[in-house]
Amino acid sequence: MSVAIKANRLTPYMFLAPAGIILIFALLYPIGYMVYASFLDWSPSQRIGQAEFIGLRNYINLWGDEAFRESFWVTIRFAGIVVTLEMVLGVGLALLLDRNIRGMALLRTVFILPMMIAPIVVGLMWRYMYHPTVGIFNRTLKNLGFEGIPWLSDSTWAFIAVVIADVWQWTPFIFILALAAMQSLPRSALEAAEIDGANEWQKILMIKLPLMMPVLIVTLLLRLIDAFKVLEVILVLTNGGPGLSTEILALRIFRTAQEFQELGEAAAMSNLLLMMLMALTIGMFAYNRVQEARLSRQRAAAEKDDN
Amino acid sequence: MAARKETQNPAFYALIAALVIMSVGPIALMLATSFKTNVDVYDASVPAFFFSPTIKNYETVLCNFLWYEPVHVEYCDPTFGRALNNSLIVGLISTGLTLTIGCMAAYALVRFKFMGRGTVSMTTLLMRMVPPAVLLVPVFGIWTFQFGLDQTYAGIILIYTAMNLPFVIWILQSFIVQVPIQLEEAARMDGANPFQVFFLVVLPIIQPGLAAAAIFTFRIAWNEFLLANALSGRSTRTVPVTIVNSITEYDIDWGVIMATGMLLAIPPILFTFVASKQIITGMTAGAVKG
Repeated sequence: MSVAIKANRLTPYMFLAPAGIILIFALLYPIGYMVYASFLDWSPSQRIGQAEFIGLRNYINLWGDEAFRESFWVTIRFAGIVVTLEMVLGVGLALLLDRNIRGMALLRTVFILPMMIAPIVVGLMWRYMYHPTVGIFNRTLKNLGFEGIPWLSDSTWAFIAVVIADVWQWTPFIFILALAAMQSLPRSALEAAEIDGANEWQKILMIKLPLMMPVLIVTLLLRLIDAFKVLEVILVLTNGGPGLSTEILALRIFRTAQEFQELGEAAAMSNLLLMMLMALTIGMFAYNRVQEARLSRQRAAAEKDDN
Repeated sequence: MAARKETQNPAFYALIAALVIMSVGPIALMLATSFKTNVDVYDASVPAFFFSPTIKNYETVLCNFLWYEPVHVEYCDPTFGRALNNSLIVGLISTGLTLTIGCMAAYALVRFKFMGRGTVSMTTLLMRMVPPAVLLVPVFGIWTFQFGLDQTYAGIILIYTAMNLPFVIWILQSFIVQVPIQLEEAARMDGANPFQVFFLVVLPIIQPGLAAAAIFTFRIAWNEFLLANALSGRSTRTVPVTIVNSITEYDIDWGVIMATGMLLAIPPILFTFVASKQIITGMTAGAVKG
């Protein structure tokens, strides 16, 4: 009998153990390891024990590194522009398409395709379309009698090209989230507005958008976090070039480790990127907390009114 | 509101048509190009969609799986076929592992009230934050020098399992919560031990959740490039790695590479059409519910 009780008490741990072990060894440990590695002068051929401890020198080097600062700004610019465009387009489309139409389910299915396909393949498709001679864009332009555009070989155009590809891939994400939020809005508020004679624009600006705001802000932050992680599409499209015009941080980390074999420096960069994302995530949690607190206050106030 | 099933004006349908063309267009173009010979790709007089298709590119890619020898393939390069094989092995095994381990953990968290749901969704979101690029250096170092798992399937499978676990646990929790506890109690009364309850009672009920989680995990393992590139050796390379390797070559054979890309894209596309509802639920759950 006592054996059975013991077994029962151990059961939860037995269920949890495999997941716990894997997460500790394959996820937490590497992240801790990365923090440590960022203080080392370390090349891939060395064991970590042989690498020299150099304190903060990796970080100081980064601070003084023109190329790193450039790619830092490219990252910020890319994330900012991409997320703004996607939010505007995604929410706009959701507002336009929020109607009872047949085939909406199929439409949504078609829209998530770009997100499901491997980023590598997305990069491949766009690289083909941007191709200076065989690409569909330049061919169409030439057929219409215009000059071809140097999509991937000019630094400004390359940045635009990368932004377009990302907008193509991720606008549906915002669209689907915004549509879900919109369809869960309380009908009563909208009907009340209609009775009061609000027009379409007033309904959108005064009712729909404010009520969707909590979801939209979480969506924005999720997308922003993901925008800092984009790597494969840009790797295939431009490999960061021409120059450093499209080299976002994640790509720079990859290249520093892969091509320049500076693991310590790559770790230091990873650390900085991680801290930036951490700040965003904490911001998101804080926002959620504040929202929940406000909601529960409102609910409490409403209950008081009822009594 | 319901009474107003309004007839939309044509501009509205035009907008929808334009959107569909925009989102499917590039994929359709890739599909079309994969049936084109390289000569046709470079010939400006051959239109993008209407040309005489050929399956030569697919024959080149899959040459070592074919039961006949395609005439145009002089030397059968087994790289793509092998990579396809590797991708399947890595994707299937890591999905299986993640699901088994993940649903056990999710069950323990829900039924034995370990940590709150809050803790788990927090961990999930935190994990979502970590970019694969950040894991690159430490995982390469540890796998190579400490675990001795570099260039093996085990190494790639391990990191994919770890990466996907938090999300799988989190999404399965929400399904397990809905399983009526009375059912489990009844099974216990009949003398089933906790493991039997779990495998014979709980698992069959949460099948839809398992399907959704499986699609998400498999897709990530199937599509991932960065870590696979760092961890795989010559014989364990997955398809994304071979694609990137072959486009760094100066002279790109677009038809062949598009055929490879298409083969890589087909499973996710199929999943999307079969289970778009579950996928959208999984995608929106994080934001809409928190």
